[in-house]
Amino acid sequence: MTQLVNTNINGDTIGFACEADETLLDALRNRVGLKGVKEGCGTGDCGACSVILDGTLVCSCLVLGMEVEGRKVETVEGLSKGAELHTLQTKFIEHAALQCGICTPGFLMAAKALLKNNPDPTEEEIRYALAGNLCRCTGYDKIVRAVQATATELREA
Amino acid sequence: MTADTKFTGQTFKSVGTRPLRPDGIDKVTGRARYGADIDLPGQLVGSILRSPHPHAAIRSIDTSKAEALQGVKAVITSADLPDLTNGNSELFDILDNCMARTHVYYDGHAVAAVAAVDAVTARKALKLIKVDYEILPHVTDVDEAVAKGAPVLHRKCFTQGVEPKPRKPSNIARRSEFGHGDVEAGFAKADVIIERTFRTEQTHQGYIEPHACVASISPDGSGELWVCTQGHFVFRQHCAELLGMDVSKLRVTPTEIGGGFGGKTHVWAEPVALALSRKANRPVKLVMSRDEVFRASGPTSATSIDVRIGITKKGRITAGDATLRYTSGPYVGMWAELGAMTAFACYDMKNVRTVGLEVLVNRPKTTAYRAPSAPMAAFAVESVVDELAGRIGMDPVDLRIRNAAKKGTQSSYGPVYGPIGIGPTLQAAKEHPHMSAPLGKNQGRGMACGFWFNFGGQTCTDLNIAPDGTVALTVGTIDVGGARASLALVAAEELGIPYDQVRAVVGDTSTLGYNDMTDGSRGTFSSSMATIMSARNAITILKERAAKMWDIPVAKVAWEEGCAKAIGKKYGNLAPLSLAEIAAAAPNTGGPIAGHNELVADGAGVSFATHICDVEVDPETGRTQVVRYTVIQDAGKAVHPTYVEGQYQGGAAQGIGWALNEEYVYGEDGRLQNAGFLDYRIPVCSDLPMIDTQILEIPNPNHPYGIRGVGETSIVPPLAAIGNAVSNAFGVRMTHVPMSAPRILKALDEAEEASSTSTETA
Ligand code: FES
Ligand code: FES
Repeated sequence: MTQLVNTNINGDTIGFACEADETLLDALRNRVGLKGVKEGCGTGDCGACSVILDGTLVCSCLVLGMEVEGRKVETVEGLSKGAELHTLQTKFIEHAALQCGICTPGFLMAAKALLKNNPDPTEEEIRYALAGNLCRCTGYDKIVRAVQATATELREA
Repeated sequence: MTADTKFTGQTFKSVGTRPLRPDGIDKVTGRARYGADIDLPGQLVGSILRSPHPHAAIRSIDTSKAEALQGVKAVITSADLPDLTNGNSELFDILDNCMARTHVYYDGHAVAAVAAVDAVTARKALKLIKVDYEILPHVTDVDEAVAKGAPVLHRKCFTQGVEPKPRKPSNIARRSEFGHGDVEAGFAKADVIIERTFRTEQTHQGYIEPHACVASISPDGSGELWVCTQGHFVFRQHCAELLGMDVSKLRVTPTEIGGGFGGKTHVWAEPVALALSRKANRPVKLVMSRDEVFRASGPTSATSIDVRIGITKKGRITAGDATLRYTSGPYVGMWAELGAMTAFACYDMKNVRTVGLEVLVNRPKTTAYRAPSAPMAAFAVESVVDELAGRIGMDPVDLRIRNAAKKGTQSSYGPVYGPIGIGPTLQAAKEHPHMSAPLGKNQGRGMACGFWFNFGGQTCTDLNIAPDGTVALTVGTIDVGGARASLALVAAEELGIPYDQVRAVVGDTSTLGYNDMTDGSRGTFSSSMATIMSARNAITILKERAAKMWDIPVAKVAWEEGCAKAIGKKYGNLAPLSLAEIAAAAPNTGGPIAGHNELVADGAGVSFATHICDVEVDPETGRTQVVRYTVIQDAGKAVHPTYVEGQYQGGAAQGIGWALNEEYVYGEDGRLQNAGFLDYRIPVCSDLPMIDTQILEIPNPNHPYGIRGVGETSIVPPLAAIGNAVSNAFGVRMTHVPMSAPRILKALDEAEEASSTSTETA
């Protein structure tokens, strides 16, 4: 049965209709049109679909669309302020932390969630915080460096 | 060790710098459009029914109930993809793999497909299709498939490449042989001979983006396809042939690609989506699930390899012999052949022989995976080379340097090498601080070498000069790791203008001539060649236009630093004309200015790498962690060094996953047991250390800038480097990849038992 869901996505009040068993991932992509949220597995194993829900990092493929009623969803599309990129976005490009880029939206959201809770993470803390996000292209080296560089810059700012 | 060519010491302005990639912002803001992000008005959802059996005859398929379901717009079986392959057996295999005909050959083989108004309806419809199977005996293991009494997949399969033709059919589809010299005479000269058998398990490329496409065929027989692919021209060719369309009437637009590594060089669902669209007369979007990607796209081979190498006490290899059995799925491939060609390619050998056997099994059709077939062969050979070094008490790096191939060496697969990088990478490894760093408890260090051919092939590029003097570069090779940035650098270099004046895009199949796909590390190598030629052609026109503007002979015009300059006493005082000035005048000097080029890029320089790896093994659990890793590889000339490093690191990480953890696990029932990222575990961030890289530049004499492909070789050495590291840590020779915790534990236990019995008997 289709239901109407009222929620806040990237600061905007948004209403969308979705089926009772429809994932937030599908609702975001197909109902709201936010295709920056990626599907790599649909089973919670790759992190490509990561979004921040009320401040907590979640796999949107493991959340139902209906569960976000009255809550706050942040996706990659909401990271930059207009033309001004978030430091994470700039550092990911500068450090070549992406090759194909399919994993990038998920990593950006995971890194954002990490740095909010821990502005000065060690390399090990970064690696464990990002362990739920798969990247097959980079070997993670440049991703970790981009996050380290972001943390440094945000602390100094 | 030097390998100077006429390209050594070239100076560059743009090439070799590290500007930001043009597709970066789209990829960090979620704007980049991948296969599953394309939508067309009125599109339907396609879905494929797959065999649950590893081997069965299809007695009948009843689609009537599915067709009757409300919301279903088309149901297809092999009858809707009739055989138009006209005796082309390779194409027939592609067709049969996309949609099974008389038999299914693996768990996941497609048997029917539906297009419906939404995903829920499509899934319901699949459940209503009744397939009557006659289940047949199956075989999934490489050694079992070649053993006596194994179920034979195809009764018409008589081993090719064997004289006389075998009398009985078997699962060995093809035999190939390479080498030179007299192998037995070589072994007779050896002081030490080691012979071992190795096994490697099947792995998947593991790209994070599942296959996805949107197909639209119109009633007039023309069609469009948006798809994530490594080769849109090849996809166009195969799809058009399979559907009986005129090739030029199918326009294929490549989307951004979320990883491929070889797996997106082959059509899987695309012909099915087109056939559904043709039948439903609506656009159809088809996205594979992760489960389908594992079960029904193309992983690499599982292998079993016998290697025998002889050596003198002084460390000179006298002979090498290998027999390589590679699974190719249910259809003949060239995977063992590639293994046989690459196995001994690093070494200068007087006597060498390799035999490759393509083995048919009830697993999905094998496809390329980054330097396909080379990592397994290197695992076997490099393990034995290391063991030989230990036996004669020689440093393994020195032993390899002693035997390394060099310019003028006849390679084990035939050709004579030009300037190559194996010696220099070994020398660099020897001198690398990693080599002499202290090791901790339960740690071991290993090293290994790797080789890959690199491809060239057909390439076509357009370079258009806009009225404001900026440059639009259109290439036909897919950008998998930053190629648009690299090719824009090359265009900027050749034209003498800044990088940010050039924008590179990948054109669709209707905007450019045919291009081979991005495989064999050919993308930047071949498209940069065509880009250089396009730019030179454009410069010829630019000079003509400048001559016209000045009204002087074109012979008196030179192109320097992005400007036309008049030369000679008579004209030398004319102020140079910039690219922008010439472009602005174009309407009055002959119209738009462009440079085109079509070529077959010959002379892709071969590529070599040496890797160093430290592992730490937990003796209680067998769990092994890579704690330090160094990649040293020859790039010829690194166009964009950061993206070259990225290729080195990414390939090494994939090799580490393969070495330690990744494998297809089949049950007794012939079904894949781990078709998901939870159970098929690729390395995650916390599994890996930083991966250090060292780029060597030994110019490829066949490329104007000395460029070699860099994308693949980095996956070749890790299996052996890690195997050698584990062996060095505990003195046990690992012969089975992946070296998962249980396998390592077992090896440790056996070694302990052996040593305790030998102390008892001593
Ligand atoms: S798509 Fe949600 S975790 Fe992979
Ligand atoms: S950049 Fe391709 S998966 Fe991460």
